[in-house]
Amino acid sequence: MRRVAATLLIVACLVAGRAHANAANYGGTLRLITTAGSGSFDPQINYTERYWEIFQAMYDGLVTFAKTSGPGSLVIVPDLATEVPKPTDDGKTYVFHLRRGIKFSNGEPVTVQAVAHSFRRLFKVNNPNAGTWYDVIVGGRTCNAHPHHCTLSGVVIDAASNTITIHLRHPDSEFLDQLAVPFGAILPADTPDHDMGTQPIPGTGAYMVKSYDPSGGIVMVRNPQFHQWSRLAQPKGYPNEIDYKFGLSAESQVTAVENDQYDWMFEDVPADRLNEIATKYTRQVHINPLNWFYYAPMNVNIAPFNNKDARLAVEYAVNRESMVKLFGGNALAKPDCQILPPEMPGYQAYCPYTEHPGATWSAPNWPLARAYMKKSGMIGQHVTVITEVQSPFRQIGIYLQDVLNRLGFVADVKPLSSNIEFNYIQNTNNKVQISVTDWAQDYPAASDFLNVLFSCGSFRKGSDNSINISGFCDPAIDTEMAHAETLSLLHPNQANAIWSHVDHQITRRALVVSLFSVAKLDFTAATLKHFTFSGEYMFLPQLAVVK
Amino acid sequence: MSEVSATDRDIAPPAPGYWAMAGRKLLRDRAAMISLAVLVIIALMCAAAPWYAAHIAHTNPFRSNLSGTVMRHGKPVEVLGAANNPLHLGIEPIGPSWRLGPYMLGADQQGRDVAARLLYGGGNSLIISFAAAAVCLVLAAITGILAGFFGGWVDRIISWLLDALWAFPVFLLAISLSVVLIAHGIDLGLFRLDASSLALPITIIGVIYVPYVARPVRGLVMGLRQSDYVLAAIGIGAPAWRILWFDILPNVISALVVFAPLIIALDLLTEAALSFLSIGVQPPAASWGTIIHDGESLIYTRPMVAIAPGLAIVITVLALNILGDGLRDALDPRAKLRN
Repeated sequence: MRRVAATLLIVACLVAGRAHANAANYGGTLRLITTAGSGSFDPQINYTERYWEIFQAMYDGLVTFAKTSGPGSLVIVPDLATEVPKPTDDGKTYVFHLRRGIKFSNGEPVTVQAVAHSFRRLFKVNNPNAGTWYDVIVGGRTCNAHPHHCTLSGVVIDAASNTITIHLRHPDSEFLDQLAVPFGAILPADTPDHDMGTQPIPGTGAYMVKSYDPSGGIVMVRNPQFHQWSRLAQPKGYPNEIDYKFGLSAESQVTAVENDQYDWMFEDVPADRLNEIATKYTRQVHINPLNWFYYAPMNVNIAPFNNKDARLAVEYAVNRESMVKLFGGNALAKPDCQILPPEMPGYQAYCPYTEHPGATWSAPNWPLARAYMKKSGMIGQHVTVITEVQSPFRQIGIYLQDVLNRLGFVADVKPLSSNIEFNYIQNTNNKVQISVTDWAQDYPAASDFLNVLFSCGSFRKGSDNSINISGFCDPAIDTEMAHAETLSLLHPNQANAIWSHVDHQITRRALVVSLFSVAKLDFTAATLKHFTFSGEYMFLPQLAVVK
Repeated sequence: MSEVSATDRDIAPPAPGYWAMAGRKLLRDRAAMISLAVLVIIALMCAAAPWYAAHIAHTNPFRSNLSGTVMRHGKPVEVLGAANNPLHLGIEPIGPSWRLGPYMLGADQQGRDVAARLLYGGGNSLIISFAAAAVCLVLAAITGILAGFFGGWVDRIISWLLDALWAFPVFLLAISLSVVLIAHGIDLGLFRLDASSLALPITIIGVIYVPYVARPVRGLVMGLRQSDYVLAAIGIGAPAWRILWFDILPNVISALVVFAPLIIALDLLTEAALSFLSIGVQPPAASWGTIIHDGESLIYTRPMVAIAPGLAIVITVLALNILGDGLRDALDPRAKLRN
């Protein structure tokens, strides 16, 4: 039923899209601006929102998320494959038929050999998720252990029928989601098996890189080999050129977009400019929901938060509405108590940590907070809040410090550089007690929040990449999540009910202080028309009209 | 009787000492005296911060007040209110009332009284800069005097250490030390400094400027070492400590006094820079640098949060520099040659 509704939504989007698809809209140069580049330009390595937003216009996978706005943007559609395959063999086998006649921007044809090479390359270049997502492919574990000798026996190609058969070790309801993100890009068969760094790799998308300067910016032009095979998978795009410049602070970006020097800015609009843009440039402000939440993980393995009463005291004391103020107000953020954001499958509103427990947060419950604090015996315990130096993290950290001091802890706050904070708080060697961070979806699945952030497998002692920051591990909950993942493929409603149960269980364990879920604000120039926001890729630059 | 009186008249009054003459010169320097008065007023205002917070601002400037209200024109107003625009975007801290009372200079992003924090922050900034200057001058005096007086391998080792310290750009060194030490402080067994202690920035800032004072002190002592009275003292077998204490140190102190205001001013600027970068004074404690940092994200809507501490730094540093000029004119006669 969900898929039918989504298809109808896509059709509606397509009809709406056609209204813009007249010749007058094509052409011009789209000017984007950000503070800095994001490292390697290799789509199988780079794991940043900044580059994923443009990779989706340059590269294609076998499948992709529909390049449209609204709920339809979270639906997987065929891209280089002719259709989205239904899994067979109890969900363990996928057969993809490759489209014919598609070429990379360097003129090479897209072949099944290129597909197989791209899958093997994921392991050879140490893709960040090779060990957590793609090792479900038969042979994936061996490839992880010995990447240079990776043959990936689970990927079987047949040049005659132009098919790729992928065998999995077990059913995985999120396998298609994981193929649809830019990591799943199909690259030429002769692409070297190492990080290509600043050298762009030819793709099949509507645009290709003309020049890339890691400290200056990117110039993207139309791919001469491209022809539109699916408007939803890879639309032709309106601008003839996309210039992505680096080097302006967020404050300067706002001014530049106001003055029509750039069409769109990547960074969030600083809090002190929100009133200005909402007052003077109302029509240029775009607010869209996003699966993204801010939270404060509490380390359940060291004092004082190895004591559940101490954690509960913090949960009841935090004023989520105040936190929302620090982010810019209710138009951009909503108070939250649970892990799953409101738009996520499996979400059922739940908030036990408030004055009137129920579906939503209403006010802090200080009497209960103080009672739990007294019960915990942790009064006078020293606590350090680790946060990022930039806004709003620093402000949230200072507020948390205030709450902890009022509870009876002796708290201080350490704002660290944004470059190191996220890894620092993950490493158990740093003995971080409580920190402030955020998490946004890779793709719309409850497991991307619950499994990734709270499973035993995500907790690695002494590692900078231990995303289970609370250090929580309960094999019973892991089993329940594994069951939900198995059910997701054939019984999504049952799976969602389990995810909801897990979400509420984890919330009741008080492992993190869930603060608020946020919406994404984009600020565009007055001359930019047809702003399109995808729930997966966010701003779709190729669908903007600048002429 | 009359003879006695005549004899008394013939006896000239004792000549004023070096410090008395310098004091008189300084008192005649109007600019230096005004600067000194300004510094005293600033120090007294900062010392009165607890009283101001309790009796005038009626607030705890170290506690967040995100959901509080304050009376303005007889009506309760949110300290952090929603901005008035069609999209309901943004939150604005309450602005300055410009009257003695709560939120005279407005609120920061945590809803705290900026005026009260300015006074507390000034106290911390002045404590750090004066204490760091004291650390710097004492260390510089010890190293400079030892190197200049004893020469030989003592001089070589000390000079090598000072050169090594001098080789680093001063702000780069300060930032590097702060970044390294900010997470866990210093723990050298008996010598421990907590990361949130003011002693940490005092130590860092104090140490980084030592070569800038020790070098001139060393040069001065090398000259004094060859003077007749020191050579005579050595000749009659006076112990080294006695020569250093009674003959060298008194001559070095005047140079250190001239350096003091300039080093304090430098320390004040360095502290502000480190705190602005979040590697100096740690929240919720304030310094003028941390308040400027807080105000950076409010520069378009509530510029006073950043401007007020900025002005305080400018006035204090200007006063210190003018006082330093006055002290140099008073204590160093050669400076007259420049006029």
